[in-house]
Amino acid sequence: MSVTNEQVQAKLVEKFGEQVTGFSEPYGMLTFEAPKELNLKVLQFLYDDEELKFRFLTDLQAVHYPNDKGRELAVVYHLHNLVDNIRIRFKVFTSVDQPDVYTATQLFLTANWMERETYDFFGVNFVGHPNLKRILNVDEMDYFPLRKEFPLEDQTRIDKDDEMFGRGGSIN
Amino acid sequence: MSDVQNIVLPEGSIEKQSTTLNLGPTHPATHGVFQNILEMDGERILSAESTVGYIHRAFEKLAERRPLYQVTPITDRLNYCSSPLNNMGWHTTCEKLLGIKTPKRVDYLRVIIMELARIADHIICNSVIGVDTGALTGFVYVMEYRELIYEIYEEICGSRLTTNIGRIGGFERNFSPAAWQKLERFIAEFPKGLQEFENLFSRNRIFMERTIGCGPISAERALNYGFTGPNLRAAGVDYDVRVHTPYSSYEDFDFTVPVGSTGDTYDRFLVRNAEMWQSLSIIEQAFQKLQDMKGADAEVYHADVPEYYLPEKQNVYTSMEALIWHFKIIMGEIDMPKGEVYHSVEGANGELGFYLISDGGRTPYRLHFRRPCFIYYQAYEELIKGSMLSDAIVVMSSLNLIAGELDA
Repeated sequence: MSVTNEQVQAKLVEKFGEQVTGFSEPYGMLTFEAPKELNLKVLQFLYDDEELKFRFLTDLQAVHYPNDKGRELAVVYHLHNLVDNIRIRFKVFTSVDQPDVYTATQLFLTANWMERETYDFFGVNFVGHPNLKRILNVDEMDYFPLRKEFPLEDQTRIDKDDEMFGRGGSIN
Repeated sequence: MSDVQNIVLPEGSIEKQSTTLNLGPTHPATHGVFQNILEMDGERILSAESTVGYIHRAFEKLAERRPLYQVTPITDRLNYCSSPLNNMGWHTTCEKLLGIKTPKRVDYLRVIIMELARIADHIICNSVIGVDTGALTGFVYVMEYRELIYEIYEEICGSRLTTNIGRIGGFERNFSPAAWQKLERFIAEFPKGLQEFENLFSRNRIFMERTIGCGPISAERALNYGFTGPNLRAAGVDYDVRVHTPYSSYEDFDFTVPVGSTGDTYDRFLVRNAEMWQSLSIIEQAFQKLQDMKGADAEVYHADVPEYYLPEKQNVYTSMEALIWHFKIIMGEIDMPKGEVYHSVEGANGELGFYLISDGGRTPYRLHFRRPCFIYYQAYEELIKGSMLSDAIVVMSSLNLIAGELDA
């Protein structure tokens, strides 16, 4: 018997009530969010539940939304139930001033490097991580390069601006 | 004889019982730029620490300022032993976001290219396991077929290693007669070569003693570590994206998913070999299906999507509409629909995922590559703990680590 998106959503709402929000299904994948304090509880529930069995962490990364005050950084988990072959996407939002999110390394060994990568590029501080240091960038780097405040192009150039890329306005 | 076997060092001595050994970053046996700081007791590894990132090129950041079609060459450079797989993974991701439906013929042509790429990748990995165990001959036997595969790529897209093959919606051009001839030659000749290669290794006593029980991992640990692809299947889990979430019409093909049981180097080797036979069978089936196509279906090589697929050059010079589309596509002036999409394909090393967020602009707002290499390499420390130094080298090549995919 396979699990459907509606069943997952019903189970989550039954367990966490009002705290899980923002259910949607972009391109068929159930997506929802929860407060960042609850991320481990939600992951553990999804892992332990006998029907849901989301026991494979496919991917973990962050997204930066600089204009969304108080919830600038989104940490996105892609989970997969390999038995029933259903995937879900789970997001927690955190402010960029205090980007503390609990680590998922106790649940998934694979989260170790994924979280290090996320820390490296976005500066999300995974509380309780056994070895939270930079992984791909040099250790001496003192900024988080994938954040949106670092434009890719050379800022002294005036022949290219964001207009070309459909976002309007010039760089900064 | 005294009870004390080892030299006892005085308190506070700077000397220690074990030796620290730097394996890499540029070591000929590591096939890429990886550093491993090994703590050795004689020839046995007590602990290991991996350092990665030596060829990090910030692909995710680069992609944020490029229109979709300009991201394809970036994906070439992830797993450069099987670039077409990455290219096709990216095209299918874009098509999912843009809602493009490709014709069956395009799907089958893609399947042929993807399976050729898988074979090319597995050939490298398995023959290099041979090289690292001291058997160079097998490597020379199968390289001929990799060359043939590269020639097929060349006939289709003009390049060999970093292919940039295909476009959003289909292929840049139809397969040439020379490409078909080479493909037929490959189908006819490869079984003999692969059989020869297998005869050399699979039941070779020296090779078996060298690889059985070398770097094993249980299915449970492998899943927890996020293993996918042949490395996970060698541990006994039959997870294959082609079967679980079919893309590019893989559901039309009849193939089995080979699995191992112990997850050691020998099983990984066998699983990859068995997968090559399956890939060959898929190529034959696709070839047959394409031969059976009739009429207009048998000529089409791209979907009808003028917004994303470049018009024929000849039309650009003669038709105003084609000129406009050509200009808009080349300048990257096509707005994407808003949305977020995760799409994955079965890469040569496992689930190659693309997480693409579009804010309605012309470039991705955020693009993340799920690189299988990066994810399973973290288990390497555990795999080699307690084994001999020479085993560590074999385990590394059997995992098929590709520096480009590891670092992105």
